Amino acid sequence: MDSRKYILEAIAKNQPSPTPLPDISDIAVVNYNVVEKFKTILEGIGGQVIEIQDFDDAISYIKANFNEGQRVISTVPELASIAETDWQTLDPHTLENVELNILEAQMGVAENAALWLTETQLGQRVAPFITQNLAVILDKNNLVATMHHAYERIADADYGFGLFLAGPSKTADIEQSLVLGAHGSRSMTVFLRST
Amino acid sequence: MNHAELAENFIKDGERTTWHDETLWFVRKKRDLAAFQIPEWEALREAASQIKHNGLSHMHDYLIAFEEKATANGIKVHWAMDALEHNQIVHSILQENGISEIIKSKSMLTEECHLNEYLMKHGVDVVDTDLGERIVQLREEKPSHIVLPAIHLKKEDVGETFHQHLGTEKGNKDPQYLTEAARQHLREKFVSRKAALTGVNFAVAETGEFVVCTNEGNADMGAHLADVHIACMGFEKIIPKRKHLGVFLRLLARSATGQPITTYSSHFKKPRPGQQMHIVIVDNGRSQQLGREDFRNSLKCIRCGACMNTCPVYRRSGGHSYHSAVAGPIGSILAPNLDMRKNADLPFASTLCGSCSNVCPVKIDIHDQLYKWRQVLVKEGHVPFGKKVGMRAMTFTLSHPGVFKTAGKVGRKLMGLAPFTVSNGLNPWYKQREMPAPPKESFREWYSKNRNGQ
Repeated sequence: MDSRKYILEAIAKNQPSPTPLPDISDIAVVNYNVVEKFKTILEGIGGQVIEIQDFDDAISYIKANFNEGQRVISTVPELASIAETDWQTLDPHTLENVELNILEAQMGVAENAALWLTETQLGQRVAPFITQNLAVILDKNNLVATMHHAYERIADADYGFGLFLAGPSKTADIEQSLVLGAHGSRSMTVFLRST
Repeated sequence: MNHAELAENFIKDGERTTWHDETLWFVRKKRDLAAFQIPEWEALREAASQIKHNGLSHMHDYLIAFEEKATANGIKVHWAMDALEHNQIVHSILQENGISEIIKSKSMLTEECHLNEYLMKHGVDVVDTDLGERIVQLREEKPSHIVLPAIHLKKEDVGETFHQHLGTEKGNKDPQYLTEAARQHLREKFVSRKAALTGVNFAVAETGEFVVCTNEGNADMGAHLADVHIACMGFEKIIPKRKHLGVFLRLLARSATGQPITTYSSHFKKPRPGQQMHIVIVDNGRSQQLGREDFRNSLKCIRCGACMNTCPVYRRSGGHSYHSAVAGPIGSILAPNLDMRKNADLPFASTLCGSCSNVCPVKIDIHDQLYKWRQVLVKEGHVPFGKKVGMRAMTFTLSHPGVFKTAGKVGRKLMGLAPFTVSNGLNPWYKQREMPAPPKESFREWYSKNRNGQ
């Protein structure tokens, strides 16, 4: 407890005189189409975009592109025919053998292709990381232009864990050579849904 | 050894030095491309700088607010005055839980505090999980860059290290193959270890949450599987409101690597059911830096590494030459605060070209601070005798026109008649260079001749 007191006292003594916060309410300059921007950026960071009309399109795509017999999980009830949907309360370690996880994002950000999900959509915190491949469904109407718009929408939402997720896991730690699939998902597909 | 001596060692391999230089410059160019796509980039930098300044000027209240919110969210908050106390707190949390093996994601603070050494001395096994950090850990080295820890190594080096420690094929240096080997090796650690330690990129006073940014997903793989999550932060990581994350997340990755955002920006607000979450707030000299008017802006740093990538000295001398947890220009203005005598050489490891200040996303006046540290260090007597005498002699010569004139004349004569007096190893200007031919006359002599002696 003494350290707390010591640190806070030293800070109170040494901090500069108060300066105001800047107004950031209209800092963003948006001169692009959010759907086009989102697609370009996501492809640039190693993800892929599949446009769909409904959940059935996503189901057919997954059936065509992933082998049967591999473990698929999802938090989206409409995908129950191809994925386990009752894994949220399992020990997170048991998700180690998941091949594909399909989630639905609350929102996407055009400028950086980041998707916002909280525990409710994640099912389990580790789920988007431990899976070999990740797919996320995003409603086009939930695309915003910049991070400022995103935080405006998040506002004072309460959550235990929230995540901006942009593309597959990656590293360039060996001689700056880009490798996808460092520790998290090796691939990242966004199903962009028009409603 | 000081910066110049360590740098001399680094540049012995000319080819590698050129590679290092060009690779970091390439990262700098990617930063430019990313920044130029944002018309409001300069406004963002200015806003970020002001938000951070507001943070520094309300630090006392923001820290108390953060602690209150975080505690209400179920996080246990600890305070550490210095590196030792930080290490003791981490160790005691592990002891209370009977844990002797941990995994760690990148945290420059724990490098600053030498946490790994401390824990290992007390019988705790520590595995760094960021790929670059794991590579240098296996080699028993230190990270040479805060964002790219293994940038001083070539893929051959990594191949050899992994062959020795992870049993990869001898001679295989394919980055894809080596990364896959590390993925398998570290997955085993992620699923078996009970405690995970992470750093903190931003801590929000308004909500008590903290944000950790990674590309690999290693911080999350560790934290979400472990029973105990310990997050360590210097107190300057505090930002006032959640919406300010928008400003910083737009700047951070673009400045660091030219990416529009890191793959993962994880907002930790509450522990997951059954999990313990701890935050250790560390001072370790920061409150003192806060009181130094000329240097407090260094606490705005968001650890993007842009100043290193652009620095002509860093690029050609390597991160290890800075003998400090944070290298490069920003490290050179942070380190003297921690230990003036030991780090007195670092503010001199710069050309003062100002490129660092120009790319800094929070507009820290880095090169001005380097210049100001030099003055402080000379006044406090931390500069080598030779440099001091040299500077005095120079001051005397330059302020006495007659002496200056004679010195110039003698110099030109000597260089012409006896070139070995300057072309020898004692003259630092002669290293890696040929000395120029001495001019026939000085400007003053030329002027006088061409203006008929006026």
